[in-house]
Amino acid sequence: MDLNQFIENFADLFEETDPDTIKATTQFKDIEEWSSLVALSVIAMVDEEYDVEFRGDDIRNSNTIEDLYNIVSSRIE
Amino acid sequence: MAKITFHGVGIKALSACVPPEVVYNKDLGYLIPEEEIEKTINNIGIVERRIAAPDVMASDLCYKAAQQLMADNDIAPESIDVLLFMSQTADYRIPATSCLLQHRLGLPRETMCFDISLGCSGYLFALSTAFAYASIEGINRVLLLDGETFSKIVNRRDKVDWPLYGDAGTATLIEKGNYGDSTFLLYTDGSGEDTLKIHAGMRNPITPESCVERECEDGNIRSDLEVFMDGMDVFNFAISKVPKSIKQLLKETQKTVDDVDYLVFHQANRFMMDFLVKKLKMEPDRVPYCIHKYGNTSSASVPLTISSELCGKLDGDHTMLMSGFGAGLSWGSVLLSMHDCKVSPVIEY
Repeated sequence: MDLNQFIENFADLFEETDPDTIKATTQFKDIEEWSSLVALSVIAMVDEEYDVEFRGDDIRNSNTIEDLYNIVSSRIE
Repeated sequence: MAKITFHGVGIKALSACVPPEVVYNKDLGYLIPEEEIEKTINNIGIVERRIAAPDVMASDLCYKAAQQLMADNDIAPESIDVLLFMSQTADYRIPATSCLLQHRLGLPRETMCFDISLGCSGYLFALSTAFAYASIEGINRVLLLDGETFSKIVNRRDKVDWPLYGDAGTATLIEKGNYGDSTFLLYTDGSGEDTLKIHAGMRNPITPESCVERECEDGNIRSDLEVFMDGMDVFNFAISKVPKSIKQLLKETQKTVDDVDYLVFHQANRFMMDFLVKKLKMEPDRVPYCIHKYGNTSSASVPLTISSELCGKLDGDHTMLMSGFGAGLSWGSVLLSMHDCKVSPVIEY
């Protein structure tokens, strides 16, 4: 699993946010466009692209995009 | 997993009733920032909803729907052997609302009546119960009334729940007849009890404090007598369990999605349903929606969608797949053999 690809998939979920501003260390809840609806699209993306189940707490307890990536990659095997 | 197959039993007629009062999600400026309202409406797919007046209950909407069904199909009250009322917004804690409806509808004292309580999956479970009774010797007709008035148990300042829920009552008549096989797959996972819950009840007795509105997660306001939902966990539950269970049902019945004329989902929210349709590779034109005008009406949403979108389209033979999922956690699907199902259009009360 590739971190850069994950960041790209994550950035695709936003409509107005410049993808170049989204990095591994970005605190995703601070992105202006972040909302509970975007959170649902993260769960959908992780299901679709990685076949991994993401619970609400996985998102609530994460801060950066890398945190999310680490949860997904730990569940892939 | 409970797999149940019935033969020679089916849905003869179906009807639905909604309140006349329309609530528009564009008016939620007090709850959601104005610039996010349009995006929210597009995402959840709910433009407007129907909200019952303070003196109108789920039982009233079901009563009107049942009267309409009986009038449209010349159904004599004395021909109903079993009456089921499926709801989580019953009139009273005691007695069961089905008993009140037996009297109100003029059904004979010989009618067997009881209530069923489940969340958004309820119609599927109640329908399987209705099919089971209708299969028994000595019982010919079962009237299933499924209605909810979530507007009475959702706080108007809860931005997760309030934009979603609407009120509706429905009636479904199940009887013996010239019907093919119908197969249900029903599932339960009580480890998810906290995903969707009203806290106060018997385990947490109702006190004056239960009625106090409090600020909860993310600034949502509610009391312990009102619905809490973890939207992210519900979404994860639905997208991980529902497509698998539908694929399993198709496998068990040796069918494919191409054999299904209509797939009627519980109308949870548009984003979720679109995702489920995509995962199942189902053609969208065979998936009717009424969520834009009625919102999420909990367990009533499957029969309401049929009354709203498939009225006049169910003459002859059709294969219909229905799927419901919600609090419990509880989910299930049915592949139904439909034959000349008489659908009444949605009425108002």
